[in-house]
Amino acid sequence: MALLEIRNIHKAFDGVGVLKGVDLTVNKGDVIAILGPSGSGKTTLLRCINYLETADQGTMVFGGKEYDLAHTSKKDIAAIRRRTGFVFQNYNLFRNKTALQNVTLGLTVVRKINKAEADRIGREMLKRVGMEGKENSYPIQLSGGQQQRVAIARALAADPEIIYFDEPTSALDPELIGEVLNVMRKLAEEGMTMIVVTHEMSFAKDVSSHVIFMEGGNIVEEGSSKEFFENPKKERTREFLRMENVR
Amino acid sequence: MSFQEILQLMIESFPKLLMQGIQVTVPLTVISFTFALIIAVAVAMIQYAKVPVLSSLCRIYIWFIRGTPLIVQLYMVFFGFPSLGWKVPGFTAAVIVFSLNEGAYCAETMRAALESVPSGQAEAGWCIGMNYLQIMRHIILPQAFRTAVPPLFNSLISMLKDTSLAANITVVEMFFAAQRITGRTYQFLPIYFEVAIIYLIFSSALMALQRACEKKLNSFGADRG
Ligand SMILES: Nc1ncnc2c1ncn2[C@@H]1O[C@H](COP(=O)(O)OP(=O)(O)OP(=O)(O)O)[C@@H](O)[C@H]1O
Ligand SMILES: [Mg+2]
Repeated sequence: MALLEIRNIHKAFDGVGVLKGVDLTVNKGDVIAILGPSGSGKTTLLRCINYLETADQGTMVFGGKEYDLAHTSKKDIAAIRRRTGFVFQNYNLFRNKTALQNVTLGLTVVRKINKAEADRIGREMLKRVGMEGKENSYPIQLSGGQQQRVAIARALAADPEIIYFDEPTSALDPELIGEVLNVMRKLAEEGMTMIVVTHEMSFAKDVSSHVIFMEGGNIVEEGSSKEFFENPKKERTREFLRMENVR
Repeated sequence: MSFQEILQLMIESFPKLLMQGIQVTVPLTVISFTFALIIAVAVAMIQYAKVPVLSSLCRIYIWFIRGTPLIVQLYMVFFGFPSLGWKVPGFTAAVIVFSLNEGAYCAETMRAALESVPSGQAEAGWCIGMNYLQIMRHIILPQAFRTAVPPLFNSLISMLKDTSLAANITVVEMFFAAQRITGRTYQFLPIYFEVAIIYLIFSSALMALQRACEKKLNSFGADRG
């Protein structure tokens, strides 16, 4: 059974359709790259799946339970969020918390884990993203790449079943992109299930198992990563890949 | 009066005025500002959360306070409320009015500070499963307070000085005490100069406290580079 299944998701802003019936199936261990031009609805898709936006219509099956995306109870939403992680384009680290506190806040406040145990987990997560030694730094004292790695550690702390990444490297200076992608590559190798909206074609090509290409709120083409890059079916996909200098 | 006598008067009156300041002006300021802060946080949170009905009431409250003179508000409560059958002692009336008045201004400060926290901060909280109150308590309010500290101190210092208006409703605070002395001696300049100096001492203490607070809160690590 799929870990996550999205069926027929619709979302409009001010009457303008942004998602027009997208379907998505994610199995455990999948790394799904979502590609597409600006404004195609990629961010909106992730935000609707995690209820940062309320979809107008659509169904989600997550962990064997079915939810109406337009009418999910607050309780269910909180429960779903506790089992998922979200990594933002601009990190969104809590500015009033140190790196370690950013990672442990969810553990102590949401999960009511005692501080000592939370700190132990927090340090372990920071180590996993190569941020040991920066536990007591505030976000403002860290580079963009370091902040994004702390944000990934924060997402990992909850031991999520899936992590959503919305263009995690787009806000970074070119020389900092590699350190974040390396962490994500390592997570993929460890079997973490991930959905990654990205403009990094090499990451999509080398790391992802599946690719979804979106445009205008619809999925234009999807397939295994190998198939997608080596043998795209749609002319629109080929054109996009040519523009991104992949072929 | 000879210079000697004026000096003598000043030396005699200074401790009296200072005591009146410590015993009335300071408590009036501290008590009223404490209530004002509680009102401000509550009102600002109601408006921030856009609670229906309540946030409209808060808007009317702020509109009324900002649009009317403080002295009129003092007179309404002290001279006006007794006609409704509620006789309010001067000090109590002053606390009520200063709390409500300052609460409205501080609420505006707090609301602006809350709204200055980027929406991504709350979203990150939602994403790790926090609820609204947890997000407010651990993320939004601490950041908002950091922003609000300087303007809140400005309000506090203004209020300290405004408490002199309570003299008009029979509260024997420092300024009222000074008026009594001048009524007896007709030495306006020396006495009011003394009062000015004492206000200056009090406000300087608050300014020093403000600097210490700001240093301690310095933008979450920004000072450590
Ligand atoms: N909160 C909002 N209110 C109104 N319109 C919105 C909102 N969020 C997104 N949109 C619009 O929806 C469309 C899709 O936006 P979305 O951010 O999902 O695109 P995207 O594929 O992530 O683009 P990008 O690659 O630039 O990040 C855009 O036209 C955008 O202007
Ligand atoms: Mg986007």
